Amino acid sequence: MMATLLQLAGLFGLLSLLAVGGGNGVLPAMQHASVDVHHWISNRQFLDLFAISRAAPGPGSLIVVLIGQRAAGLAGAAVACVAMFLPSCLLVHMAARVWGRYHAAAWRQRAERALAPVAVGLTYASGLALMQSTEHDLVAYALTAASTLLLAVTELHPLLLLAAGVVAALLFGA
Amino acid sequence: MSEAPGLPAIFACFLTIGMQGFGGGLSAWMRREVVLRRAWLEEPQFLSGLALSQITPGPNAVNLAVFIGTTLRGWRGALAAFAGIMGLPMLLVLGAGVLYFRSRALPGLESALAGMGAVAIGLNLATGWRMTRSGVADRPGAAIMVATALTVGVLRWPLLPVLLAIIPLSLLLVARETRR
Repeated sequence: MMATLLQLAGLFGLLSLLAVGGGNGVLPAMQHASVDVHHWISNRQFLDLFAISRAAPGPGSLIVVLIGQRAAGLAGAAVACVAMFLPSCLLVHMAARVWGRYHAAAWRQRAERALAPVAVGLTYASGLALMQSTEHDLVAYALTAASTLLLAVTELHPLLLLAAGVVAALLFGA
Repeated sequence: MSEAPGLPAIFACFLTIGMQGFGGGLSAWMRREVVLRRAWLEEPQFLSGLALSQITPGPNAVNLAVFIGTTLRGWRGALAAFAGIMGLPMLLVLGAGVLYFRSRALPGLESALAGMGAVAIGLNLATGWRMTRSGVADRPGAAIMVATALTVGVLRWPLLPVLLAIIPLSLLLVARETRR
């Protein structure tokens, strides 16, 4: 039990700091470690758990909680969660503090102007990348196009469209 | 930023975000709640936080929540934002996990997921469009934006080297612009 908790802490603590560009980048490593190395879950279960954590609201990296739970119960879930989120959160917290300290500095104003287009570009990039990687069929493309258009030009609440998307996908089999 | 919001307000705000972010697109929800509805941060602040949360390792949405919390109220704000955005989704995921290992089935989940995912991508792209109009003012900025979107999103170049090249380039362009 203790050994499993240490393994969970070591694995996810490391992945936390390796997850440059978001949680998805380390998924293959996470899959390999928890399926092939530690035998906490099967490959099929990993994919199903990934689907569950993506279906829930909130960050997709919550899958670590499920893996931890499977490996060592609630204590495992807690350890996996702390290990996955604490190191990266501490880093970003320190970065935000430095950033905040130079609130009025000229260089920060300039840095904000320089980072803005990069951030917007990355937002487009994540949408474009997801369209290629998921099994994006015709129905899904239609849904993405319609929701992009509606959300860009109207003030419709996104939750309405999310619900409509689920209904459409269940009806037309996206 | 006029007056920093209290910790309960920060927690409640991120709780709302955590409950709504189905299928991804959490940063779009954060912009909606933090920038548009509550005006706690201005667009440039939010956008720099968005960029910083991608440069630092770790899940982007969680990073952005911590960044916003820290900016508003230091480490306590960060904790409030983190607890808010993670609390309910974590309970939901744990509950779903227990059900899954008992029944071994995910009825209708695949389709529902595909539908939510497709709309969440739309939410992302629409938010991109709105941020373009409010946050990208000039031609060099637009060029940087398009270059970032194409290299990372279409050509799928690895993120870190792209950012290490494009951020200095963007800084250079801004410096040239301001010197004029």
